Amino acid sequence: MVVKIRIPTPLQKLTDGKSEVESSGKTVIQLIDELEKKYSGIKERLCDEKGNIRRFINIFVNEKDIRFLKGQKTKLKNGDEISIIPAIAGG
Amino acid sequence: MLKLTDEQIERYSRQIILSEIGGKGQEKLLKSKVLVIGCGGLGSPCAYYLAAAGVGKIGLVDSDKVELNNLQRQIIHSTKNVGIPKVDSAKEKLLQLNTDIKIVTHSLRLTSKNILNIIKDYDVIVDGSDNFPTRYLVNDACVLAKKPLVHAGILKFDGQATTIVPGKGPCYRCLFPSPPPPGSVPSCQEAGILGVVAGILGLVQATETLKYILQCGELLVGKLLIFNALSMSFRTLTIKRDKKCPVCGNNPTIKKLIDYEQFCKLR
Repeated sequence: MVVKIRIPTPLQKLTDGKSEVESSGKTVIQLIDELEKKYSGIKERLCDEKGNIRRFINIFVNEKDIRFLKGQKTKLKNGDEISIIPAIAGG
Repeated sequence: MLKLTDEQIERYSRQIILSEIGGKGQEKLLKSKVLVIGCGGLGSPCAYYLAAAGVGKIGLVDSDKVELNNLQRQIIHSTKNVGIPKVDSAKEKLLQLNTDIKIVTHSLRLTSKNILNIIKDYDVIVDGSDNFPTRYLVNDACVLAKKPLVHAGILKFDGQATTIVPGKGPCYRCLFPSPPPPGSVPSCQEAGILGVVAGILGLVQATETLKYILQCGELLVGKLLIFNALSMSFRTLTIKRDKKCPVCGNNPTIKKLIDYEQFCKLR
């Protein structure tokens, strides 16, 4: 099983500049843990010390916000596209 | 109802012939009042096109002066305007383009004390500010005052936009409940911005504003538009009103505006 993750520009420093990476995580939390193994430091950017997704970052599975699905327990299936969307303030 | 003059019919003829606009739509535009917060990368193209389209009253908010490093993207200003207040530079340019409209300048920084008094005179608010404290302040003020807010943010090659119509869809806090701590997200000054990204998102904001006034098409209400210049992609994500939202939820905890600048510094 493979899912595609879009990495936002501010986090691409951690993914060797890649804007898209793949994972075989079966849930969002597994996906984050798998990303952390490959790209050390990324989990800290996404989650707070309690392991919750930070309040200025949202994760979407196929255009849907996981906060309105099952949060980090949201199940993933082959071919899903995951977007990590941080708040950006520039203008 | 105001009657279009011959000159107005000539000036706006290319949009009056659109069946979605017509003479009635043009009159709506000429009667409308839009506040553009920030005369920077987003506000420049947005205000310029709103002026061209004949939005009757445009308010401009900015406390900064024009700097040379602004001109790579803030196209409403000119080299000769370096050093003068941005709102004055922008007003001059807008009135050169269209003498038919009114421009009101607010050369100040928005705070919890002055914002409600400023936005009350306008039909639509456009957020083209460049920092989180202002963005959260503008969102909360628009929710409390029930003003439609057209939001966009940009960084490097990326842009985001959404339209907030209080009572009809999610607000910015439904999407991002609280601002990031200072220093955790880079600003354009630190991370850089490709000028055209500001142009594209600023014009998305102008488009949403015109559609709101004209009551035509489908707004970005409940939708987050995500743009990336490198992949030249536009995607739309679904966003929902959060029942637990601190400002527009069922049991809001924010009922008065907070001085977010201090709030952010404390964090």
